[in-house]
Amino acid sequence: MHGWRRARLTERTKQTATGRTLTFEVPHWPGHLPGQHVDVRLTADDGYQAVRSYSLAAPAGAGGDRIELGVQATFGGEVSPYLADDLPVGAEVEVMGPLGGWFVRTPQDRGPLLLIAGGSGVVPVMAMLRARAASASGDPCVLLYSVRAPDEVWYATELDAVAEGVRVRLLYTRTAPEGSRRPAGRITADDLLGMPPPTDTHCYVCGPTAFVEHAGELLLAAGYGPDRIRTERFG
Amino acid sequence: MGDLSPGFHGKSHAFAGRLPPGQYPTESFPVLSAGPTPDIPTGRWSFTLTGEAGESRSWSWDEMMALPQEEPTVDIHCVTRWSKFDTRWRGVPLDVFLDAMETAADFVVAESFDGYTTNLPLEDVTDGKAWLAHSFDGFALSPDHGGPARLVIPHLYFWKSAKWVKGLRLTLDNEPGFWESAGYHDYGDPWREQRYWSD
Amino acid sequence: MTEHPLYVDGNALAGPLGEVFAVDPTTAWRLCPSCRLPATLAQLHVYGPEPGLTARCPGCAAIALRIVTQPEYLWLQLGGGAGAFRFTLPAVAPDVRRP
Repeated sequence: MHGWRRARLTERTKQTATGRTLTFEVPHWPGHLPGQHVDVRLTADDGYQAVRSYSLAAPAGAGGDRIELGVQATFGGEVSPYLADDLPVGAEVEVMGPLGGWFVRTPQDRGPLLLIAGGSGVVPVMAMLRARAASASGDPCVLLYSVRAPDEVWYATELDAVAEGVRVRLLYTRTAPEGSRRPAGRITADDLLGMPPPTDTHCYVCGPTAFVEHAGELLLAAGYGPDRIRTERFG
Repeated sequence: MGDLSPGFHGKSHAFAGRLPPGQYPTESFPVLSAGPTPDIPTGRWSFTLTGEAGESRSWSWDEMMALPQEEPTVDIHCVTRWSKFDTRWRGVPLDVFLDAMETAADFVVAESFDGYTTNLPLEDVTDGKAWLAHSFDGFALSPDHGGPARLVIPHLYFWKSAKWVKGLRLTLDNEPGFWESAGYHDYGDPWREQRYWSD
Repeated sequence: MTEHPLYVDGNALAGPLGEVFAVDPTTAWRLCPSCRLPATLAQLHVYGPEPGLTARCPGCAAIALRIVTQPEYLWLQLGGGAGAFRFTLPAVAPDVRRP
């Protein structure tokens, strides 16, 4: 159905010490929905191949044949450190996609949006947030973004200046900035107070498995229906 | 292939004579899983040998620990391309269990508490080539590595060394196991690089 | 190295299954025969990726399907039993254009 396409790295942006945004040019890219991902395939000289999934950060139509992927380098990893730091700009890899029709927000979807991200899990929900910010929708949209410390925030500048009607709340788990009212710690039920109501809000949760499990339990306890919570665990 | 992902080598390289083809050495001990880690207290653990006619013989944890023990130090090779040298185990040679039953079987299926299975020729788990191991590197085997007890069959790819093993079933015919029935090689010799069904 | 086996969501199966399905399989529903929990393929808990992908019911962990990808083949086994299907993958995908 999909097939592998060649993708040329055109730009690499440092987001955090180990997080990178990679922009690839993919001829004849068919477009994608916020929340979708691609599989990236690397090929060594001896023919050995490795495939990993990466979320698409920018919404469809943002850049024609360009796609933006978020890559978090994991220590000792086989693929992510290579993509994060070693693949030369101008070189090619193969991608398959766009993939996935479940963890997506379509332009037809209406109603308040509650996005909950842990660490680099912000990448696919950022595509949703950007699409919402670019739309004429008046529906509330909140991003709860859990990070260990201020220097681990992706898209920091962009998040400081989001569109009207979009709220971003950072939840620091280890080190909070000076003067912050919320003590450092993982997401709690209190962090869901004042969020868009459970009645018609769609929730998207993405992050490490343990984070998604915990946030999902908090949402259910706060009355959000399981049919309105979609998750993307990345291990 | 040469023009794709330049500078990507994967993780392979040479350790002449000791590293099977296509493997790379690692100091760590990766955990591969096909499901949740089962929790098996040793008080509820038992190991059962089942003959081809259905007769069986079981050992409790304490009975197993009272059997003759060995401490093999062996190299292990995972089909996902990592190899780990000089791993130290403690356990019971499978001969000790198999000697307890007369059999005409040529094959054995290892069965685990989580439903995992793997098939082996009987001759590959006898004569000191395979162990039921309960300790790794001097400590009780941790659940993520197959504790309380797993098989260790170092001359075959490590998926044959079933984690959380609960018994061996002797069979007259070869019965493909969990991975063997989904594309992996029936025998799995790392030196002949028998990774997949067609290798 | 982690102490706990981690799993991801069935979303991750979109790529490998996309090689053999004409319709996005991740939105397909499955009623678990063991615990009766309905779930989309995207909601299954997926262990792996190596030596293969094992997708399990999020309610009771019963095996829903397994996938093993080789350079030339994709093996798909539905349910927990034996009898996998071996699909031959195209040698060069039609969309791959060499410069």
